[in-house]
Amino acid sequence: MTEPFTALTSRTVVLPATNIDTDQIIPARFLTTTTRTGLGAHLFADWRYDEAGRPRPDFVLNRPESAGCRILVAGRNFGCGSSREHAPWALLDQGFRAVVSTEIADIFRNNSLKNGLVPVIVDERTSDWLLAHPGAELTLDLAAATLTLPTGVAVRFPVEPFAQHCLLHGIDELGYLLSLGREIEAYERTR
Amino acid sequence: MALLARTLFEKVWQRHEVAAETAATPAVLYIDLHLIHEVTSPQAFTLLRERGLAVRRPDLTLATMDHSTPTRTAQVFGGAPITIESAARQIRELEQNCAQAGVELLGLESEQRGIVHIIGPELGLTQPGKTIVCGDSHTSTHGAVGALAFGIGTTEVGHVLATQCLLQRKPRTLAVEVEGKLREGVSAKDLILAIIGRLGVAGGTGHVIEYRGPTVRALDMDERMTVCNMSIEAGARAGMVAPDDTTYAYLAGRPRAPRGAAWERALDEWRALPTDPGARFDRELRLDASQVEPMITWGTNPGMVVPVTGAIPDHRGDAVYARALSYMGFEAGQPIRDRPVNVVFIGSCTNARLSDLRSAARLLRGRHIARGITMLVVPGSQQVKRQAEAEGLDRVFLEAGAEWRESGCSMCLGMNGDTVARGEYAVSTSNRNFEGRQGAGARTLLASPLTAAASAVRGRITDPRELL
Repeated sequence: MTEPFTALTSRTVVLPATNIDTDQIIPARFLTTTTRTGLGAHLFADWRYDEAGRPRPDFVLNRPESAGCRILVAGRNFGCGSSREHAPWALLDQGFRAVVSTEIADIFRNNSLKNGLVPVIVDERTSDWLLAHPGAELTLDLAAATLTLPTGVAVRFPVEPFAQHCLLHGIDELGYLLSLGREIEAYERTR
Repeated sequence: MALLARTLFEKVWQRHEVAAETAATPAVLYIDLHLIHEVTSPQAFTLLRERGLAVRRPDLTLATMDHSTPTRTAQVFGGAPITIESAARQIRELEQNCAQAGVELLGLESEQRGIVHIIGPELGLTQPGKTIVCGDSHTSTHGAVGALAFGIGTTEVGHVLATQCLLQRKPRTLAVEVEGKLREGVSAKDLILAIIGRLGVAGGTGHVIEYRGPTVRALDMDERMTVCNMSIEAGARAGMVAPDDTTYAYLAGRPRAPRGAAWERALDEWRALPTDPGARFDRELRLDASQVEPMITWGTNPGMVVPVTGAIPDHRGDAVYARALSYMGFEAGQPIRDRPVNVVFIGSCTNARLSDLRSAARLLRGRHIARGITMLVVPGSQQVKRQAEAEGLDRVFLEAGAEWRESGCSMCLGMNGDTVARGEYAVSTSNRNFEGRQGAGARTLLASPLTAAASAVRGRITDPRELL
């Protein structure tokens, strides 16, 4: 049983770069961990800290207005690259619960859904507006699959129905797979 | 009822549906081979322990260690401690997890150890028609034999350990049709870089690619693996090549391939796998291989690629390009040729098989790398290492001034002690040129083993055809 996903209202943090890959989200040198906790400190490490490990004041996550923001808005094709689930773990540990882009890479999207980080794919126009309005307060309604802008416009986004159901009710997908034990056994007998 | 013409992908997918997808639920897909490694499995084993679950099919699971393992002989075989303490812990944890779960582990000192995507085919475990997953995006490599193979996250690693199944929505299909003969000095790596240049880094998102056409049929297995390996760099989780006589000749006699009557039965099944005439793909891309030149990336994703004879593209005013240029320290319009190089890396699941090492050695034989260049040659597996040494390739590399290491992911992702220093330029035969991929601030140019070796000799980006 995981925590059900309830409605989310938050200001945004904006990273306009396109093709933000998982090596940017969490560089490989932090992957020698054997737990899933504590990765938020390394989120976007190479953009966030200078060579001496000091926070770069101009990087958006280091600015005071980013504190408490739970929605990340990014340029096209967010999360491309490796299959490391450490990427959504790091974003969640930092406090993010949703990522908004016009395109989100397949493996990252799957990994996010399994951890309660909602991947929100929007059209170019919505994305352009969001990229141009950092800090905008948005409301994400997962049940309705809508993202509501401060202008009052509610944009629908696609979400895989099973993952949506699991997130809304705090059902874990492994529990569902385990409930199919007899079907799996029957399949194995045909091999 | 007339049989519907199906693609290779559809045949493998349908054969593995424990339950087909519905509007409300994804398909339940059975997994024939689950490969695990030290970096993306520990949290999955923890999940199983927390839930009191056993590994359902240890016999369909194989573990090895490659990502965080050192490549220096003393650290691998004792004599010196592993420099990165957290990596050493991760390695020990995999050993414990496998021992407890009864999963076979090709451990640090095993003769069969290597990069997970190199050893699967090498052992003959990677077979046509199988579903293969691993917590690593380059699992697409195994599609070269006609398997459906893709990378998964750690939660899904847990799902497969516990149930041998995955919940999946059916992807779309993309045919990449390649015609024309590859020119001298142009390799499979150049071909896939050219394909990614055409598709873009998100062009394959949501799709499984089938590489087809006479050029693909003419590739040997190592080359097909190089092509399928980088499918994910175009956003596609899986790439496949239909099995044929090249595939069967490669697999015959491998330690874990079927034998005797089982081999004959397997062959009958495998021969039915190729895409039926008239089967439809959701999308198609055509490419003329005879026009492909040696390719090299200039930017910070694998789609930012030009012929080695070309110039860095000029897209003034585009913020994405400006950012990549600034990271790489390049200027728009500059020729890529003759740019200075600091490091050359021959290795990774993309290009560390025996034929890749032969190709690099062909260029280095009787030559020396340029002054000031660091060159690492890292075989993809311990077996590749032994084979290369039996042919004397290690001598060629050492005499040329390169380092010869134990197998592993090494410098491809800089988490095992092998890194490129900040600001330095590395020509790498690996698969990702993302910012910081090979080390914080490192600048990566992806190329073939031939181009990498030629650039090591000259100390500058070099068209390998000048040295052949």
